[in-house]
Amino acid sequence: MASFKELIRKVKGEIREAGVAEARAAQQRGAVLLDVREADEWAQGHVPGAVFIPRGFLEQRVEAEVPGKQGEVFVYCAGGTRSAFAARTLLDLGYSNVTSIAGGFGKWKEAGFPVEVPRTLSPEQKQRYSRHLLVPEIGAAGQDTLLRSKVLLVGAGGLGSPAGFYLAAAGVGTLGLVDSDVVDVSNLQRQILHTNQSVGKAKTASGAATLGALNPDVTVVEHQLRLDSSNVLEVIAPYDVIVDGCDNFATKYLVNDAAVLTGKTVVYGSIFRFEGQASVFKPGAGPCYRCLFPEPTPSELAPSCDEAGVLGVLPGTVGLIQASETLKLLLGIGRPLVGRLLTYDALEQSFREFRVRRDPGCALCGDNPTIRELEDLAWSCHFEPRPVHA
Amino acid sequence: MSVHVEIPSQLRPLAGGQARVAVEASDVDSLIEALGAAHPGLKERLLEPSGELRRYVRLFVNEEDIRFLQERRTTLAPGDTVTIVPAIAGG
Repeated sequence: MASFKELIRKVKGEIREAGVAEARAAQQRGAVLLDVREADEWAQGHVPGAVFIPRGFLEQRVEAEVPGKQGEVFVYCAGGTRSAFAARTLLDLGYSNVTSIAGGFGKWKEAGFPVEVPRTLSPEQKQRYSRHLLVPEIGAAGQDTLLRSKVLLVGAGGLGSPAGFYLAAAGVGTLGLVDSDVVDVSNLQRQILHTNQSVGKAKTASGAATLGALNPDVTVVEHQLRLDSSNVLEVIAPYDVIVDGCDNFATKYLVNDAAVLTGKTVVYGSIFRFEGQASVFKPGAGPCYRCLFPEPTPSELAPSCDEAGVLGVLPGTVGLIQASETLKLLLGIGRPLVGRLLTYDALEQSFREFRVRRDPGCALCGDNPTIRELEDLAWSCHFEPRPVHA
Repeated sequence: MSVHVEIPSQLRPLAGGQARVAVEASDVDSLIEALGAAHPGLKERLLEPSGELRRYVRLFVNEEDIRFLQERRTTLAPGDTVTIVPAIAGG
């Protein structure tokens, strides 16, 4: 039976060790740095860009997080002991180019090399987001990303309600609500951000109160206005992702155009009676809304929910697809609906997916664009112009 | 064997309320003609008076937009599904 001292001597004889300077140079040429310390040590500071797998989970997780067993891997812990054992384990798993960093993170800091201190989740946040923290694709880093993220909900109505609820619950740190309308009792059949008590109040204020009560981590910014060409750029500027839940073509085209001109991603949703559409318009990566529909449907053929009626639960389904897409975009995970139009039919209970391509002839994002600045779409309808609401 | 056409809810009143109709057609052009013959008014909702496809209506053959196939000359095979997808703006 070997003692600890004998065991570590044996293991160190079987692995390669190197100093922190070599490790840093290796990282700069693309080597993986693997931190095998515990979560509390990681939280107090770590090497920027390092992969974090506590040694107790090393065997289970490393193949998913460090694919490619021929690549250079430098393992570190606090002082170089745990990383030696971890390096030995990686050799057993078939990693062929593994080095343990002698002196570990202590020497790294002494050398004055860069250290990243993540914003740590409070004990209350660790509880609140525990089911996110358990998901490897999210984890503490992903949750931190969500808490730092800013999402603009255009419309605090049918689509904005479910999307807002779940994005707030997920801990998206800043949610902007754009709506100029006040809550009407006829909204309550589907616009679940609002209650009987909020009838007559601004939808932005009502929504902010609801979301604030759900999650105090979320800052809700109220934009009680109707978007037009004079204000849209200023309103969208601070946000990472725009969720289009508005209820009229004028705003849809305005938001699309402003997003393309500023390179922001729009998570699109629209509903009509029993049918919904969703897609993601990411400038540079796929088509825009104008590529899909170069022109709006004349209003007499496409009345809004207020005019045409809508199954109350339909915006729930579509708005939550938008919320899922938004979280995926923020976290950089999964396959977003870029270049894909998802349609939903509640009566058939069916989804269909269609390919949507960037149109080289698109007036906005095509090869020879003719739209170079924002313009307001005329409200050429037989209804009086109405404020943006959903 | 015929081609299936999926009708969006706005246009279903013109198609006797049906969500799906079967049409005998060899290409998109003949499909639109056949739809118009069987369901008066439907063709006019798909085409401009000039005969161009309306810019707020998309036609997909299976998963692909006919604009990126051969437009209205896109050939159809038995069992294909043609879906009419209009722009909608409810929220």
